[in-house]
Amino acid sequence: MFKLRNAFLATALIALLGTAGAQVDAKYPGVGRAATAKEVAAWDIDVRPDFKGLPAGSGTVAKGQDIWESKCAQCHGIFGESGEVFSPLVGGVTPEDIKKGRVANLMNAAYPGRTTFMKVPTLSTIWDYINRAMPWTAPKSLTTDEVYSVVAFLLNLNGIVPDDFTLSDKNIREVQGRMPNRNGMTTQHALWPGNEFGGAAKPDTRNVACMKDCAPEVKLASFLPEFARNAHGNLAEQNRAVGAQHGADTTRPEAKAGTPAPAAAPVAPKPEASSAGKTAMGLLQKNGCTACHGVTNKIVGPGFADVAKKHAGKADYLTGKIKSGGSGVWGDIPMPPQTLSDAEAKTIAAWLASGAGK
Amino acid sequence: MNQERPVQGSLRKAPESFLSRDGIRQVVAEAKSGRRDFIRNAFAAAATGAAFHGAMAESNPVPTEGGDPNILNLPEHSKGLGQGVAPDGSYGKPSKYESDVQRRQSPGLTQTTQASVSFAPLQSLFGIVTPSGLHFERHHQGWWDIDPSKHRFMINGMVKSPKVFTLDEIMRLPAVSRFHFIECGANTAVEWGNVAVPTAQYTHGMISCSEFTGVPLITLLEMAGADLKNGKFVLAEGADGSSMTRTIPMSLIKSGEVFVAYGQNGEMLRPEQGYPLRLIVPGVQGVSWVKYLRRIEVGDKPYATKDEAIHYIDLQPDGLERQYTSIQECKSVVTTPSGGQVLLDKGFYNITGLAWSGRGKVKKVDVSVDGGRNWRTARLETPVLSKALTRFNLDWVWDGKPTIVQSRAMDETGFVQPTYKQLRAVRGTRSIYHNNAIQSWLVQENGEVKNVQVA
Repeated sequence: MFKLRNAFLATALIALLGTAGAQVDAKYPGVGRAATAKEVAAWDIDVRPDFKGLPAGSGTVAKGQDIWESKCAQCHGIFGESGEVFSPLVGGVTPEDIKKGRVANLMNAAYPGRTTFMKVPTLSTIWDYINRAMPWTAPKSLTTDEVYSVVAFLLNLNGIVPDDFTLSDKNIREVQGRMPNRNGMTTQHALWPGNEFGGAAKPDTRNVACMKDCAPEVKLASFLPEFARNAHGNLAEQNRAVGAQHGADTTRPEAKAGTPAPAAAPVAPKPEASSAGKTAMGLLQKNGCTACHGVTNKIVGPGFADVAKKHAGKADYLTGKIKSGGSGVWGDIPMPPQTLSDAEAKTIAAWLASGAGK
Repeated sequence: MNQERPVQGSLRKAPESFLSRDGIRQVVAEAKSGRRDFIRNAFAAAATGAAFHGAMAESNPVPTEGGDPNILNLPEHSKGLGQGVAPDGSYGKPSKYESDVQRRQSPGLTQTTQASVSFAPLQSLFGIVTPSGLHFERHHQGWWDIDPSKHRFMINGMVKSPKVFTLDEIMRLPAVSRFHFIECGANTAVEWGNVAVPTAQYTHGMISCSEFTGVPLITLLEMAGADLKNGKFVLAEGADGSSMTRTIPMSLIKSGEVFVAYGQNGEMLRPEQGYPLRLIVPGVQGVSWVKYLRRIEVGDKPYATKDEAIHYIDLQPDGLERQYTSIQECKSVVTTPSGGQVLLDKGFYNITGLAWSGRGKVKKVDVSVDGGRNWRTARLETPVLSKALTRFNLDWVWDGKPTIVQSRAMDETGFVQPTYKQLRAVRGTRSIYHNNAIQSWLVQENGEVKNVQVA
């Protein structure tokens, strides 16, 4: 009897579930389809801290160094130490940190900058990011073994593995145990929108809405120095030309109290960018030139304005340089040959030769 | 300076007409004792309630010829034939006189334009909606304009059946349209230690608010038969070069708030905002609103992605990094008057600004015009929506004396926006992200407004 009843209940439950399942499927018929295993494999590339998702493979420090020098050093420096383009990757960690899993320099406010390996607790993060997003101009172009190699090289630069080390899916968990800041994270805060981490329930600041006689005395603690007045460009041109207030003309020194601040310039519509400038900028974007060259500033290579100044009128020379690349004119870091069409190279060169105007 | 100038719009008046002689003498004398003291003392004098003697100036006085030439002489547009309707295939643009209202980069902040930021011009915006073309940008590896007919969206991981959708299919599903703010976790980051930038655009311009349209993620997860009980986390992944990834809590998805959006302010998403598909995670920092969204993976553990384990972690004074910080706590900023602006005259002003909270609706905004000693409650303009920008306004008559203007927001949980002092007491000055401190603007006697911080 008892058994029978249970059996009946179970059947009913299965029937119910079956109905529910069918209803879910039936709710939006004709929308979406099952992904194939091949499709999932093509996109499911993430690697979790427990190394779920990590493909089998291996790479040596020595091979990593070769790849590094040809594909990574332009931006990150030969030793991953450069802060010129991105934050430094290497430095600031000690053998003591590796032992403890806490980076002491994070407590030292005087230590300049925070490198990647000072902060990152999980080796999976490094592997996953290099695999999905590096190199900067050609993401996802490294093979699995190349990713292992580059990661091994970075670990070696940070003193985490020896020079003759081979990193693989077999030993990566042991290396995780040597990550310098592996114990340096906390989720005890109220800034996660859920209780998945069991963090703090209450925010860490507790201001109250006092309305009258609140602060005892108001003292200015910080303001911009006078020399920075125009550091963000003329603020008169960064406010609407009509309204309750205009922008301050920061190209002129500040008016003393008692005289009005310089009024904003009268309303004058801006000239349109020239079509030659627009075309050239479009091509520069399209061909990835702006990854290494700023319009006015040096990034990896010189700014376009500097190139224009140095090679004014030399359109043919510049066309050749764009196509063939080179090094030595602006520094040691080589510009690789570019694969754009002759017509595009000529257009860019002509724009540079005529002053690289907007 | 004393000469009569032709009146055109609201040109500034000669100083004599709106400053008292005593005031000029006092401040010039103070200026001689050094700039730092000058600002401090000038403000202290005002704060102690120094009497104001000058007469209020008229902001638009009658010119000597007995009338405004802009009235007396009919302009061309009153006497001629205007332009025809926009040609076919055109997309309307703002007036050519609005060319100063632009997104801008902060000089020296980043070395490349592809891993960079452009800031929204908050000081020039009205209401709560950010025009799509002025929406702030934050890219990690450049932006793309992706062919929507080739974009695919996949759900896999802890699901009964991994699914793929075309954009046509996603747009067939029941849609929601909701207003939400998106704020970069690093908004106001440069101001943790001290004042670093001059205007509201640079201090607070990594926030925007749009009406987004799309499909609740929970609908799509249910279609794939996701394990909503053991699948406590979801990984969101973009289709761009960086294939941006962030961990999203299933609890928030189950609430129905998280959605995959294709629409923004009545049209499709802008390419810089992830066209044709981006994740909307209301109340959570912008980096989680993955652009060019291609994949959602359901899992039982968090993912510690690059932007959860190297960046977007908040260093605390004890050397520990707070990980998975996500909520943008209650915050506000006065946009008029704000840094870099010049008040044209004494007299009436509408103090206006924006308030928001990643935990729900804004309940109240108080405004101080004396550096935080006394506060008045501002008017909240409708609509007041959960996890959206809220516009506040307050009447103010400026007496021409130096003063410090602040706003302080409270959300529906009762949380009150902190002062810098309170925030630094807990988190120090090196945590980069999630700076929601009360902003101070010094209105100087010459009308110029400066970004300042009070002790």
